[in-house]
Amino acid sequence: MTEDDLDRNRRHFLTVATLVTGAAGAGMVAIPFISSLKPSARAQALGAPVEVPLASMQPGEMVRVLWRGRLVFVLRRTEEMLARLPEIVDELRDPNSELVEQQPDYAANDTRSVKPEYLVVEGSCTHLGCAPIEDFDVRPAEGWEGGFFCPCHGSKFDLAGRVYKGVPAPSNLRVPPHRFVRDDLILIGQDTGAA
Amino acid sequence: MARIEAEVGKPQGGFVKWIDDRFPMTATLKYHVTEYYASKNFNWRYIFGVLAFVVLVIQLLTGIFLTMNYKPAAADAFASVEYIMRDVEWGWLIRYMHSTGASFFFVVVYLHMFRAMLYGSYKKPRELIWLIGMLIFFVLMAEGFAGYLLPWGQMSYWGAQVIISLFGAIPWVGEAIVEIIRGDYSISDITLNRFFALHVIVLPLALIGLVFVHIVALHEVGSNNPDGIDIKKNKDANGKPLDGVAFHPYHTSKDLVGIIVFLMIFSGVVFFAPDMGGMFLEHANFEPANLTATPEHIAPVWYYTPYYAILRAVPDKLWGFILFAMAVVLPVFLPWLDRCRVRSIRYRGWMYKTALSVFVVTFISLGWLGLQPATGTYVLLARIFSVLYFAFFLLMPFYTAMDKTKPVPDRVVYHA
Repeated sequence: MTEDDLDRNRRHFLTVATLVTGAAGAGMVAIPFISSLKPSARAQALGAPVEVPLASMQPGEMVRVLWRGRLVFVLRRTEEMLARLPEIVDELRDPNSELVEQQPDYAANDTRSVKPEYLVVEGSCTHLGCAPIEDFDVRPAEGWEGGFFCPCHGSKFDLAGRVYKGVPAPSNLRVPPHRFVRDDLILIGQDTGAA
Repeated sequence: MARIEAEVGKPQGGFVKWIDDRFPMTATLKYHVTEYYASKNFNWRYIFGVLAFVVLVIQLLTGIFLTMNYKPAAADAFASVEYIMRDVEWGWLIRYMHSTGASFFFVVVYLHMFRAMLYGSYKKPRELIWLIGMLIFFVLMAEGFAGYLLPWGQMSYWGAQVIISLFGAIPWVGEAIVEIIRGDYSISDITLNRFFALHVIVLPLALIGLVFVHIVALHEVGSNNPDGIDIKKNKDANGKPLDGVAFHPYHTSKDLVGIIVFLMIFSGVVFFAPDMGGMFLEHANFEPANLTATPEHIAPVWYYTPYYAILRAVPDKLWGFILFAMAVVLPVFLPWLDRCRVRSIRYRGWMYKTALSVFVVTFISLGWLGLQPATGTYVLLARIFSVLYFAFFLLMPFYTAMDKTKPVPDRVVYHA
């Protein structure tokens, strides 16, 4: 075969066709491998909702539970705690939960909760994921109104999990999906179905 | 046919010839070892490449033996490390060699990189060696990070939490990336399992491959020297560089002294200060991971703290991540940021000398600040040094171009 016999168009077509088919094949093969890195069926099943009984909880008491391996705080707020929430809005970055979607619609209110008394938030600082420490004592001398303090980088949150201004955390603590199964039982991780 | 019969039974050059006819053994040894000519005025700063290779061997060897007893599962990991430390014969030694080796890897690699900055080793024609070297550095950072999760202590868990959360700062895709890294909704048994796979298979393989091409690229263009001159310009009648001596036996025998001194220091740490006062093994990591409480004070291991200080100096999550990533990646561009015509600091002017000195102080200060709590004065200092860190790189095209240089000699010189 000489140079003149070459059908260059045909050769070009075959080269491009081979490359495109090969790339498509490689892309297809990548799907199962990348998918295998996502949370598995078991990880999803273990992420099942958890129940938190409220009957024995006193006002001002907080419990920690793990849902999907994440720390969740359930706090029964006292009347004074709730009364303080509107007083400090000037010091907060996002007092009305408008900037970033950090809660289901039913918790997008002044107390960031379904029932004003019970606060349910993830105990994971929105900066880099450390667990904030609860400190509910009010110490006006230190400028501390009671809330959550992150030991890693000094972020502060109020008693509704709302972030203060001038701290590294960009947004309010996340409210996980949850619902009241009964008046004295919260289900964390699920908010649909018969209540 | 007749020719082959005549050759039967005659000596053909023995075993070596038999191999050489089938594999380029002698030629390769000559090219890379016995006839690889490197400058004869190398000073002690040229030991760190060899030492990095020694540490790599230590890490591979001790790592293999650690995997024989370690269990990559959340329920067993912490206990299996304690088991290695207490019940496995000499297990404590193997583990301390591995944990000390991790820190020494970074000591040696940082000094190796600093040597390149002193003598302009990244400049043409060695840009590709520098790029491969930076890739090695990135893989090494990932390797250290993945390895740090394996003991499943408090610092393993919360350190990983902080660093993985960093990727969540990326707009739109951040949370999806974080989920793919963890393989779960939080750092869990699944995360530990895959970090083990990364630490013992994926990243070491990448590391070995990159070290191989790093050396192949180096031997293609030849080693730099403290004068930053091209020794191939002056050759003798046989075509050997007049200022070069063969890697073996000359450089190897000199390097052996350096290796012995290094091993003495290394052993000193392994036997007398394996945790280095909380610098090499952090105290919080002697407690098993507790998912419900973060340690009071959280800091990465010392070799990441310069970048961590920059991250914390920024009061915004996304910008913190961007500047942190830039700080890690910027050195990649050194070959093109540096506009100076001479390589070695010996023949550069006061501007580069000042800039490099300030940079060294900056890097060490940031490293120290990254270990301190992020409050008041510390944050202010971290911000000042962060600005200096970026200024060193971003202003480099200007001050290296303006700098006055001294004439470069034709042949290497021997002053220190």
